[in-house]
Amino acid sequence: MTGDALVLLALAVPVIGGVAISLSGRRPNLREAITLTTSGALFLLVAALLPAVLGGTSPEVQLLEPLAGLPIAFRVEPLGMLFALLASGLWIVNSVYSIGYMRGNKEAHQTRFYVCFALALASTIGIAFAANLLTLFLFYEALTLVTYPLVTHHGTDEAKRAGRVYLGVLIGTSVLFFLPAIAYTWHAAGTTEFRPGGILAGHVTPGIITALLALFVFGIGKAAVMPFHRWLPAAMVAPTPVSALLHAVAVVKAGVFAVVKILVYVFGLEVLTGNGDWLVAVAGFTIIAASVVALRANNLKRRLAYSTVSQLSYVVLATAVLAPLSVVGAVFHILAHALGKITLFFAAGAIYTAAHKTEVSQLDGIGRRMPWTMGAFAIGALSMIGLPPAAGFVSKWFILSGAMAEGQWLAVAVIIGSALLSAGYFLPVVHRAFFRAPSAEETAHPHGEAPLAIVIALLLTAAGTVALFFAPGLPLALARQVAGIP
Amino acid sequence: MNVSAHLPVLQVVVPLFSAPLAVLFRRASVAFLLVTAASWAAFAIAIALWQQTGDGQVISYAIGNWPAPWGIEYRVDRLSAFVLMLLSGMAAIILPYSRASVEREIPSEQRYLFYALFALSLAGLLGITVTGDAFNIFVFLEISSLSSYVLIALGRNRRALTAALQYLVMGTIGATFIVIGIGLLYLVTGTLNLADMASRLGQVNDTRPVLAALSFLTVGISLKLALFPLHQWLPNAYTYAPSAVSAFLAATATKVSVYVLIRFYYTVFGASLVFERLPLPQIMLVLALAAMFAASAIAIYQDGLKKLFAYSSVAQIGYITLGLSFGSLLGLTASLVHLFNHAVTKGALFLLIGGVRAVMGRSRISHLHGLGRVMPVTSFGIVLGGLSLIGVPGTAGFISKWYLVLAAFEQGQWWLALAIVGSSLLAVVYVWRFVEVAYFREPHAEASERREAPLGLLVPAWILVLATLYFGLETSVTVGSAKAAAAMLLGLSP
Repeated sequence: MTGDALVLLALAVPVIGGVAISLSGRRPNLREAITLTTSGALFLLVAALLPAVLGGTSPEVQLLEPLAGLPIAFRVEPLGMLFALLASGLWIVNSVYSIGYMRGNKEAHQTRFYVCFALALASTIGIAFAANLLTLFLFYEALTLVTYPLVTHHGTDEAKRAGRVYLGVLIGTSVLFFLPAIAYTWHAAGTTEFRPGGILAGHVTPGIITALLALFVFGIGKAAVMPFHRWLPAAMVAPTPVSALLHAVAVVKAGVFAVVKILVYVFGLEVLTGNGDWLVAVAGFTIIAASVVALRANNLKRRLAYSTVSQLSYVVLATAVLAPLSVVGAVFHILAHALGKITLFFAAGAIYTAAHKTEVSQLDGIGRRMPWTMGAFAIGALSMIGLPPAAGFVSKWFILSGAMAEGQWLAVAVIIGSALLSAGYFLPVVHRAFFRAPSAEETAHPHGEAPLAIVIALLLTAAGTVALFFAPGLPLALARQVAGIP
Repeated sequence: MNVSAHLPVLQVVVPLFSAPLAVLFRRASVAFLLVTAASWAAFAIAIALWQQTGDGQVISYAIGNWPAPWGIEYRVDRLSAFVLMLLSGMAAIILPYSRASVEREIPSEQRYLFYALFALSLAGLLGITVTGDAFNIFVFLEISSLSSYVLIALGRNRRALTAALQYLVMGTIGATFIVIGIGLLYLVTGTLNLADMASRLGQVNDTRPVLAALSFLTVGISLKLALFPLHQWLPNAYTYAPSAVSAFLAATATKVSVYVLIRFYYTVFGASLVFERLPLPQIMLVLALAAMFAASAIAIYQDGLKKLFAYSSVAQIGYITLGLSFGSLLGLTASLVHLFNHAVTKGALFLLIGGVRAVMGRSRISHLHGLGRVMPVTSFGIVLGGLSLIGVPGTAGFISKWYLVLAAFEQGQWWLALAIVGSSLLAVVYVWRFVEVAYFREPHAEASERREAPLGLLVPAWILVLATLYFGLETSVTVGSAKAAAAMLLGLSP
């Protein structure tokens, strides 16, 4: 099959899967089988594109041209390839987990849930493969809209409020900042295509560059750069598989992916020279401030949510350092954080399913009853802190090398400081789970591990986190291509 | 006789004559068939005219073979062909809908009148667009207005009568202003033919009677197009009219007034007088911004779904006039594109709401709890239409907004671009009020089982919903025509 057919199929398969899921709503086993088949098929399709991309070609295809010169077009370049691999791969694991979780907790509206999930993946693939800003924007907004029913899944007043914050921040920032930035880019450069080296060079003054950069970075609310991060903690009312989708598979990753893509392919690192500093400061502030909030959070999912806010800004900060090495780190961190964070959320969901616990202070001694879950949690935590043998170490290594080479000491200080802070909010959880005695009430209500599907899923992602430390070759090769390092 | 040579006059005559025929037969079913067939014929004629003018040709037709400027001239160029297509296309979709809708809303002995009036209204609107004669514009304006007053008064709710009266008073004031304006122009130029008028005005452009005529016409037409703050008649008229009438008026009446305004500004007075020597663009800009924000804000607080979308129409007319106020090629294009896209979107929404009223009996948001479960297809359509109002990419609304933002950037007006996108956030709020009620509230106990609107209502409405999506992805018809028309008006080669 040719590259462009593969690209179109990758976009179509989740949509077709979504339709099939909605038609099979009355037969849960068939429905779940379709979800798993679709996710597997999507991953294979995306993987089939890999050899071409590694070989240096970019399969491309154009669908429609709603605005003259502004087609809806797709081009698979290394960064999008990595993101699509990540999203489609994690969708398989997440589907296995969802089946265990949604059945284990007897959730309602499961068909709607799986349909929206499939459509979210279709939007994500669209974002990953977008060849220009307009296409990216189209699927970015689509992703917000199809994940809205997932965030508000429970339909309670709390879910509705979370949904308002979710839409308000994401649609608000994208319409107020992102769209004008795209329109201005088109107005100034006459194109919105993603090109190595950027498209803005020579078309705009340095002042406009700064303004555009701000519009883009804050307009992409999914990257959760402060002060537009509130939607992420609010959205944790959703079922845990949705949190995993938001925090690892698709949504926030789409945000930082778009930031990196725009910084590298719309501005170009050279054009940004002199503009990185304020962005480093903003991202650095987000990293530290979110870590401090996480430190004080007792609710486990809230702690994880703020940890995500902080980790996302690593990617923004690393790109803003404008050193090729740190860009490699940024790209790698999209993957590393996804694997680590999905493990942590899976573990949080497993604890909720098996023990109905949501607060950190309730977790004394839980590691003895749920050793696999808490073991995986520990690996995820190591990756967040950036310690070997977890993937987070690799990305931090590259980010630090790049920052030091550029003499960005503020960035270096932020990364080291935040590593200490994340150790401060993750290690106590692990310590409680394994080294504190369970309370008397605990021993009265014994429980074991969560359902098998859940445990399998979280062990897989934990194993992936470790594997990525020992064998980072493929993602690093793609990341080097993005940063232009041979 | 060669039919294709007479298309301009057939465009008006076919629907016009279907009206008395409908009255003669007095049977609703015959009247329905006649008028629907006439609207489809009108749509076919409009498409043919649109194709004939596609290469920039202007079709001039002398009524009764009296050559212009002595006789009445019908004149079809790219702009009028574009608007004709919109008007007749909307009628051709709304009329089939009206059959199932009228059966529910209008007493049987009045139904044939409904169709006759609908045909008259359509003929009037088409006539305004096709004619090249100033007084003829006034005559057709009155035909369409008088018939629409009666159409509104046919609404079930007794408040339809006061709404119609309010519209009658405001509309008549507007028409009076327009006729005074036309009279002054006749006084100065001695002709009623628009093209002739334009060439003679070249010599006496800046005199006081001409400026007075411009002011009278501007105010009169602004009343008819519901430019903020002259919009008071619109929300009640849309709200209490029968469903099919709301959809038709929302999609066409104000749009034709915009057409007339553009026609007078560009073809008769000339862009340099209106946009360079007078402070009109500044006034329009301020009023447009006021409409975009104030009317959207009012829409947020409406309980009635029809009134909510009626106020949203006032806001959307603000976008259209904002594009006009730039006086640039891009601005005019944006304006015309939005004229079309908004007509399709609002038509779809009002048709869907008609379905809601048919099933639920009313369309107050507070009564629509759980509508997403009771009427899933209709609700989803309303959500899609709402997304187009917001301007989400992939919908027609996005295309209009994109051109408006670009036009603002072209003027070097950053803040205007922000105002445009900012006001569309207000649309998010009012659309999401519906979403939350329809999807998060439990249906009322007595109305919880699934009851979708009948297909006769659902299919035409969904044709328009799909059209909103289509025109969001494929824009050669809308943007292509609008660009060509704008270039023609500004005297540029496309």
